[in-house]
Amino acid sequence: MSSATQAPYTPKTSTGRITNFVDQRVGGSGMLREFGRKVFPDHWSFMFGEVALYTFVILLLSGTFLTLFFDPSMAETTYTGSYVPLKGMQMSVAYDSTLNISFDIRGGLFMRQVHHWSALLFVAAVSVHMLRVFFTGAFRKPRELNWVVGGILLIMSMAAGFTGYSLPDDLLSGNGLRIIDGVVMAIPVVGTYISFFLFGGEFPGTAIISRLYMFHIMLIPAIILLLVAVHLFMVVVHKHTQYPGPGRSDRNVVGYPLGPVYAAKAGGFFFIIFGIVALVSAFFTINPIWNYGPYDPSPISAGTQPDWYIGWVDGALRLMPGWLFNIPMEWHIPFPWGVNTLSLNVLLPALVPAGLVFTLLFAYPWIERWVTRDDREHHVLDRPRNAPTRTAIGVAGFIFYCVMWAAASSDLIATHFQVSLNDVTYWLRALFFVGPILGFIVSKRVSLALQRKDREIALHGRETGRIVRLPHGEFQEMHAHLDDYKRYKLVGYESPVAEDGIPNENGIVTKTERRRAALSRFFFEDRVAPATPAELAAGHAHHEAIEAGEESRPVSRY
Amino acid sequence: MGNHSDGTPASSDAVAKAGHGEVEKFQDPGLPPHRLRLADTDPRAAKRAERQVAILFVISAIGTLLFFFAYFGIHLDQSLSTLHLQNTFLGLGVGFAMLGIGTGIVHWARALMPDHEVSEERHAMRTEEDRVAAVKIVDDIIEETGIKRRPLIRNTLIGAMALAPLPAIAILRDLGPLPGNALHHTLWKQGERLARDPDGTPIKASDVTIGSVFHVIPESLNQLTEGKLEEKAKAAVLLVRLDPSLLHPSPGREDWSYNGITAHSKICTHVGCPVALYEQQTHHLLCPCHQSTFDLTRECKVIFGPAVRPLPQLPITVDSEGYLVAQSDFHEPVGPSFWERS
Repeated sequence: MSSATQAPYTPKTSTGRITNFVDQRVGGSGMLREFGRKVFPDHWSFMFGEVALYTFVILLLSGTFLTLFFDPSMAETTYTGSYVPLKGMQMSVAYDSTLNISFDIRGGLFMRQVHHWSALLFVAAVSVHMLRVFFTGAFRKPRELNWVVGGILLIMSMAAGFTGYSLPDDLLSGNGLRIIDGVVMAIPVVGTYISFFLFGGEFPGTAIISRLYMFHIMLIPAIILLLVAVHLFMVVVHKHTQYPGPGRSDRNVVGYPLGPVYAAKAGGFFFIIFGIVALVSAFFTINPIWNYGPYDPSPISAGTQPDWYIGWVDGALRLMPGWLFNIPMEWHIPFPWGVNTLSLNVLLPALVPAGLVFTLLFAYPWIERWVTRDDREHHVLDRPRNAPTRTAIGVAGFIFYCVMWAAASSDLIATHFQVSLNDVTYWLRALFFVGPILGFIVSKRVSLALQRKDREIALHGRETGRIVRLPHGEFQEMHAHLDDYKRYKLVGYESPVAEDGIPNENGIVTKTERRRAALSRFFFEDRVAPATPAELAAGHAHHEAIEAGEESRPVSRY
Repeated sequence: MGNHSDGTPASSDAVAKAGHGEVEKFQDPGLPPHRLRLADTDPRAAKRAERQVAILFVISAIGTLLFFFAYFGIHLDQSLSTLHLQNTFLGLGVGFAMLGIGTGIVHWARALMPDHEVSEERHAMRTEEDRVAAVKIVDDIIEETGIKRRPLIRNTLIGAMALAPLPAIAILRDLGPLPGNALHHTLWKQGERLARDPDGTPIKASDVTIGSVFHVIPESLNQLTEGKLEEKAKAAVLLVRLDPSLLHPSPGREDWSYNGITAHSKICTHVGCPVALYEQQTHHLLCPCHQSTFDLTRECKVIFGPAVRPLPQLPITVDSEGYLVAQSDFHEPVGPSFWERS
């Protein structure tokens, strides 16, 4: 950049020389200037996204090791490895090579355990991260698109998990594939064809493992990697959100500079996650495929469980009754060319709940934006209690998910608690409908109650437990007033009021507008207004009147 | 940056609310005063923290050594116990190696690196000027292509673009054969002996005592060199003998069982798991995947769970040597429902 007339920058330290070398070739100085001290807000709940990122890195590392030894072939072979109980058995090469990784490659079992545990943790971290983003309102403008990217990442993480789960070709995962085949075949018109194309003929065929392998080690990780890059790029563009508090506003970002503190904490956290996954893998067995045996369509073991993140779909399949009040959920529809079969008992639970959850998840930022007519940028998060209806919607969705998830373990619940399996299913069927409604009502009331408590504390301080007798004989508990910083955290939020429909230019309130007004009432009819300075002053006046007699002992501030 | 007076009430809009005519708000008091840590004021505390960080890094190094000890020092002797031991110590080694570094760095950052929270202004992501320019560029580009003025080009392009991806779908055609009527037939045929799964020895009717259960495959299955699993996935059968008086055969099916011995498809009519759990007291069959329950005494009618159709029954009889044989194939497709199934 420097012209000949200008004296070129001559670095004096070795750091300076390296920086200069790099800068003159790729121009990194500007970037370092931009990012080196970039401020990141800090909060424990921001770690879930980091956990997701780091477990993904661990997955790439351990997965690469596993590909060096795994052979995704369904050709038949005879087992000759170290695990005595299976010696001489016929099995697929995929299962054989998984056994070899477990028993004959030193550290292979450990890497399998690390890979599987971090996969479970990865999907969990993505899910919890999304819950955090939802409940704090971090999806609001300008972050709606990043919310969508996150939703796709959640779907991709489940796809990555499922395709990987199936690769060892053991009895348990084979039955999982059998269920997928059954669901695919239920798709009207093209289901049978998709099944035959997917499996390369009749189930199980000899193609599915190598096809899933391609998805698992190439296509899906590539998509995840790309989306992670987009996701993080958008985080940088938007800058991170921050929790509300004194000194924090939508116009600033308060936190630690990237270098050194934030980078050190975040970087150190990667090693902590890796260490925890390693310890868990050292002590807790996951997916002991040698116990299940190779896939065979005839045997099965009781108490089968999918990996946790598939549970909610499997649970939905379990909850659906085949017969509803003597009406079969499988319909035989007469067409001019013959009778065709529509398996609603499979299609409805496989598609409707998941479709509902993801449609609402993707659409929610725009729904809330439409209801509130809020076009401002939000960089300060909501405390969940300060958005009671959103929090209640989130809890309702969470319970909806959890009921299905619990249903995937209905048989284990029944055997573990020694109750009737049928009763467990009946209760869960009821909860499937009632649970979200109850959850909505309860969590909304809890939010409002917490807001009232905040108001109470902001205006009257905390109870100290110190009882004072006033001159005229009355006993009173002293309250310790908050300092301005703590009080601001409790009062610095927005509490919109419900809006009526707004007439258009012809003075007519359209049907859409009336619907919006109804939703606005649904959102904001019940509200707790933040405390105001006037209320605080009025409260003080009241207290001063009472405390006038003991002016010599001011109420302690803690 | 680093200025604690940033975000003063005057510059803060965190409390602004649009349009509801709120009268009064608490003012943002700004960032709370910074509180010093012990290590900031006491050099001995700082020194102590420094030693703690170093110890954590040494623990990490010891963890790495432990990994090598476990990898080379523990010999696998084909027993689960040595494998278990090696796995545990490999994990402990890696765990300590990683946790030592991680906790060391985090402790270093928390105790010794500057912990001043700083406030940075957010900048607008875009400027009005940029956006106007961008819109103009897009307009200019569209204008220069002339796509609006030349609908012939536009429409033919749309047509071509709509067709062009179709080969990408068509080329997937050879992923597998067409279904044909593969799902309508199994290995079972008239005279096919019922054999034990997995060894394939045929079953004599006299061997089947009341209450006993056999997992059954066609005798010819094990002779197959290709497609064995595919055939087994359709032909697997569960054989149970009940007291004949318990059975309620529907008209036309009275002779499908033999002496109280019935054979039903083992493949669940829901999504295809093997229905392998037989409850001897209630004569129910339970699918362990989704808990569809079938009543053996009523031709495996569904009495609970997500399945709709009964498990198809295989008509059986005995041959001249007393072995159980099939009278025919199943009279309907086995397993999960599909569109073409009538």
